[in-house]
Amino acid sequence: MMLDRHHPESLENRDVIIRVRGVEVGFGERTILKGLDLDVYRGEILGFVGGSGQGKSVLTRAILGLVPKRAGTIEVLGQNLDELSAEGRRQLERHWGVLFQQGALFSALTVKQNIQVPMREYLRLSDRLLDELAMLKIEMVGLNPDAADKLPSELSGGMIKRAALARALALDPEIVFLDEPTSGLDPIGAGEFDDLIATLQRTLGLTVFMVTHDLDSLYSVCDRIAALGEGKILAEGPIEVMLESDHPWLRSYFHGKRARAVMAGGA
Amino acid sequence: MAVRLSGPWTAPHAQKVEALADDIAAEAESFPLVLDLSGVERLDTLGAWTLNRTRHELSAKGQVEFANATPEQKILLDEAAYRDFQGEPKPRHSRFVDFLVDVGQSVAGAGKDMVGGVGFLGELVSAMIRVILHPRRFRATAVINQLEQIAYRGVPIIVLISFLVGCIVSQQGIFQLVKFGATPFVIDLIGILVLRELGVLLTSIMVAGRSGSAFTAEIGSMKMREEIDALRVMGLDPIEVLIVPRIMALVIGLPLLTFIASIAALVGGGLTTWVYGDISPDIFLNRLRAAVGMNTFLVGIIKAPFMALVIGIIATLEGLAVEGSAESLGRHVTSSVVKAIFMVIVLDGLFAMFFAAINY
Repeated sequence: MMLDRHHPESLENRDVIIRVRGVEVGFGERTILKGLDLDVYRGEILGFVGGSGQGKSVLTRAILGLVPKRAGTIEVLGQNLDELSAEGRRQLERHWGVLFQQGALFSALTVKQNIQVPMREYLRLSDRLLDELAMLKIEMVGLNPDAADKLPSELSGGMIKRAALARALALDPEIVFLDEPTSGLDPIGAGEFDDLIATLQRTLGLTVFMVTHDLDSLYSVCDRIAALGEGKILAEGPIEVMLESDHPWLRSYFHGKRARAVMAGGA
Repeated sequence: MAVRLSGPWTAPHAQKVEALADDIAAEAESFPLVLDLSGVERLDTLGAWTLNRTRHELSAKGQVEFANATPEQKILLDEAAYRDFQGEPKPRHSRFVDFLVDVGQSVAGAGKDMVGGVGFLGELVSAMIRVILHPRRFRATAVINQLEQIAYRGVPIIVLISFLVGCIVSQQGIFQLVKFGATPFVIDLIGILVLRELGVLLTSIMVAGRSGSAFTAEIGSMKMREEIDALRVMGLDPIEVLIVPRIMALVIGLPLLTFIASIAALVGGGLTTWVYGDISPDIFLNRLRAAVGMNTFLVGIIKAPFMALVIGIIATLEGLAVEGSAESLGRHVTSSVVKAIFMVIVLDGLFAMFFAAINY
């Protein structure tokens, strides 16, 4: 189940869409991110890996502005997040979509209404177009049109992820953050979700920042991988770079029993 | 005929995009119509969808083609190909029919609640008997903990509102009775009203709001996260573990709170009669002793455990009825409080009729 990975010609020439420099985040006495640097290039799918509790989600949340950082700068689409006015920030937030780990669909609203929330907030659309676009997104993420009028509590885990992805894509964002998109899905569902992300990335020209544990996803859809450990980026680059790394954590991650099984089956 | 499109065909410009698409549809005369995309700066799903929709609308008149689309735009146009989203229209009823359906459902729901409540009471009693037969299964720590939450921590607010209500009732009593020159009778009024009705009613309403809602929320969120199922598969009876201690604590705690509330209301009433009616505290106490008997006090306190049972049963039933979503939790907490307060007042009315009938 390998998708042909589109190899970037030369990384230096590419447009940096998220630039993280020297970011420090901590809670109380504990410092989790210690001067972390990371670049995300336009149009790539970046897989972000790291052990539990190393701060993968913390970095995502810091970029999204959900946790405060102690030091460092974060630039998204060339704008420094700390220097943005409230209005500038609002403008910027339309350019990203987020898929939370548990979906975070609004439980009081149907799937269609969930997708329409950001549309109603940011766009001035006619009712007809609002409905049609929501239905289009529902089909794009591979949901059955019947799901449109269901409440999140009536959906299965895989459907919740798809519905949440449809909501993340509601405004045609340039960047999509995915927090463990395939966790809790069966291997077939996870594989389909990976393919879906790759397809959408190609058709919509998305940049995807994906926090994941799923070795299959790393092998099949990610252009580049960044590994987090000890509060910094341990290594970044395509999967080959990860495989060659000597770092003990990376070695056990990419050469462990499960990793060998994936390599044998996929590559 | 060829139309050259230009500028951004994206969501932020939705109104303009839609208006332009409508213009194209209205003004198209000769076919095949060619839509030239060479000038389009940006295209997103909204733009692609609108173009596809226009093409579909004109398909009856003639062919429409897209020209000079970049490869990315072509993929997007394919992805957002036109499809019909109009499902079957839902059957619509008149308002009157909807209203009748609503009333019917409410009545059926109330009946179901009644049956569920009685069934649950039976389950609860049998669980309590099991606990009494096997005293080792009695969870003293849980009961004490709940007593602290329900009774001890509830004292300040219940004392405060009872005190204030005592003040208010006695002030109005003085204002009205002074017209008949019967000011001292305000003490009879306060004593009987507070001990028989107000103390227990105020306490029950406060406990329903404070502890009933907390029960529903606790049990509801445990149900949502499958914690109740986890207890069950460990061979523990959730009713015995979670609900019996709570209801026992309520049944013990509510009479205690009622007593405290009544005293607070009497103190409030006494202070007010002193200030507004010039009745000194020793006269107040003397007259109070003459006005109320042991039976007055007992009428109030006997009702308290029953109120506790009603509040506890409604709160746990609502908690167990919670389904997956947070919204459902909120709905059940609200309905737990509303139903409990309603039932407490109804029960108080029934008791009033009962005690009047037996002349107690």
